[in-house]
Amino acid sequence: MDFINGLVVLMNFVLIPATAYGAQLALGALGVTLIYGILRFSNFAHGDTMAFGTMITVLVTWWLQSMGISFGPLPTALLALPFGIAATATLLLLTDRGVYQFYRTQKAKPVILVIVSMGVMFVMNGVVRIIIGVDDQRFSDGERFIFAVREFKAATGLREGMALKTTQGITVITALIVVIALFWFLNKTRTGKSMRAYADNEDLALLSGINPERVVAVTWIIVAALATIAGVLYGLDKSFKPFTYFQLLLPIFASAIVGGLGSPLGAIAGGFVVAYSEVTITYAWKKVLKYWMPEALEPSTLMQLLSTEYKFAVSFMILIVVLLFKPTGLFKGKAY
Amino acid sequence: MDQTRNILYFVGIAALIIITGMVQSWNSALLILNMGLISAVMALGVNLQWGFAGLFNVGVMGFVALGGLAAVLVSTDPVSEAWNAGGLRILFALAVGVGIIGATIIAYRRITATRPRVIAMVTILGLGFFLYRALLDPAVQAVEAVNPALQGNLGGLDLPIILAWPVGGLFAAGAAWIIGKAALGLRSDYLAIATLGISEIIIAILKNEDWLARGVKNVIGLDRPVPKEIDLQESAEFIERASGLGLDPVTASALFVKLNYALLFSVVLIILLIMAQLSLKSPWGRMMRAIRDNETAAAAMGKNVTNRHLQIFILGSAICGIAGAMMTTLDGQLTPGSYQPLRFTFLIWVMVIVGGSGNNFGAVLGGFLIWFLWVQVEPMSQYLVTLLTAGMAEDNAVRLHMMESVAYMRLLTMGLVLLLVLRFSPRGLIPEK
Repeated sequence: MDFINGLVVLMNFVLIPATAYGAQLALGALGVTLIYGILRFSNFAHGDTMAFGTMITVLVTWWLQSMGISFGPLPTALLALPFGIAATATLLLLTDRGVYQFYRTQKAKPVILVIVSMGVMFVMNGVVRIIIGVDDQRFSDGERFIFAVREFKAATGLREGMALKTTQGITVITALIVVIALFWFLNKTRTGKSMRAYADNEDLALLSGINPERVVAVTWIIVAALATIAGVLYGLDKSFKPFTYFQLLLPIFASAIVGGLGSPLGAIAGGFVVAYSEVTITYAWKKVLKYWMPEALEPSTLMQLLSTEYKFAVSFMILIVVLLFKPTGLFKGKAY
Repeated sequence: MDQTRNILYFVGIAALIIITGMVQSWNSALLILNMGLISAVMALGVNLQWGFAGLFNVGVMGFVALGGLAAVLVSTDPVSEAWNAGGLRILFALAVGVGIIGATIIAYRRITATRPRVIAMVTILGLGFFLYRALLDPAVQAVEAVNPALQGNLGGLDLPIILAWPVGGLFAAGAAWIIGKAALGLRSDYLAIATLGISEIIIAILKNEDWLARGVKNVIGLDRPVPKEIDLQESAEFIERASGLGLDPVTASALFVKLNYALLFSVVLIILLIMAQLSLKSPWGRMMRAIRDNETAAAAMGKNVTNRHLQIFILGSAICGIAGAMMTTLDGQLTPGSYQPLRFTFLIWVMVIVGGSGNNFGAVLGGFLIWFLWVQVEPMSQYLVTLLTAGMAEDNAVRLHMMESVAYMRLLTMGLVLLLVLRFSPRGLIPEK
């Protein structure tokens, strides 16, 4: 019984939140990795792209709410999501036209594009803050829990409880759908195949009549969708604050690099590696070990390896270890 | 021809600051000048890395913050009670921590077979971590319990704060050595992410390790290398001189103090600028640019590319550390919560790119110009919004929202400036020769 109680605590405080967080990171990292693969630069504006998409979704959500439209037990934000994606895709395509395209035709070095993306980051940062401000915005509604702690305890008769938030369930399911759709698209459709061909060998792809501008445009649209979905899921799960999204850049890049930059499968694996290590290392294990250890060995301290403020340090450590020992990442990315 | 244009640029900046003095106040003009000098130093450091060597460092904020930490550790009074409570134990724990990492590295080097190597490293690190925490945690608790409302930290060495400037440089150099060892030699994007990460970690440490510099409780009232306003206002001689210039003592003292700072900062900037110019024109500088332009060719000529990169990475970061210590000295306080990457990393990058990467004078110019814009865009857009919304009612929602968002106009402006310069004048205002 003690073992199961411990397991429930572990599920509630580590596994469930880390899985949701991992799914959000994976979606973010997929966007970064796609841009890296097709456009060949690290996009520093990705965090702010997520913030922009989420902001539009939040605004549309508020509008829908004021019209009295809701999505039953599900958050209204899911209804607003397509609007967010459309707006972000428009923004990214316009940015590409106005900014990135010039450097692409010049065949500028990747690092120049990174600096350019820094400029885009500044602009998006400013735009988001001008429109919605810097404060925390909560926009989740509908049912809060799929099952709550009390219901779980009543149903199982265990001492410890476990809750599953609606947002966590939605996050995992949505991420699953998105990933399946993305892989189907990349592997089965003509456009997807041309994207992979372009990523593999640009010259050969051009030679076989693939239109590069079309590939790039499709990439930006997919990235817009991925970034907005990741941002909205993160915002539903926690809350929307522009600065937090900027800070997400680090774990997202860590995920993409750990998985292997340019490899979509790697981005997903990397997202979960980073999320699980972040949560397990900053979790106070005392409550779990209380059940799992014999009484004599019961820990006297919190058994927390690092305080939660150091969660960035965790993604960073993983990043450094991977860079030192396996610079191509877990799934042979195309970098290096 | 180029020479005259460059001089005109600097005259233009001087004119901008003087206009600020006449239109707004001399106080804010001197504030801009002082922070402009500090920004110019930071830009010099980044230019050394990016302009000379093509190293992509986006961890400037971390090095600047380390400089700030140096200011606290050098100048504040030691808290003897805290030292008695656990100061030496903390130092011992840190030494043990370093020893553990050293042991891990030795294990990595000595053991060649993969599996024993991994097992040894994981064991040393795992056990070592618990040992380290067991030593550190009680000591930290003891130190932080000492008079937490005012102290709770170990304090510093009670030395003149001006010594903190070189020390800040050393701190930053040390951090740069560690990060450079790990991430240099990899792709430029990787170095970027690694430096971004280390800067966030440095800020996290400053925020959370209260025993070091009080964390988010901030250290205020640092010593100053220049006289205090209040002392000046009480000195009869100063009041007399001020009235001779037709100024009231309060304004005069504020201006006098800021001028002193400006003088000190100018000395640092000029020394660093001369050194940077000399090194740029030296064989060393030419080698650096050769490496930047073609690493393979430089390596074929027998240049050790990784070591040279490490060298210039440390030098550039040290300059950022010096600037950070200067800034904390000017502020008179260390507030870890105020370090934001947009302001302390990416803004410096805008300065270097706009000024002209690879050219020291360009970096200095960019430092002044961008800092001026960063400060002045807000009042300018405030003015613009007031004009635009003049016809609206005072409590009009649109007007209120626009007034609120004026503060973020500068982010937008900086981004646009960067993008425009990259597009139409990618080599910056004063291009590399």
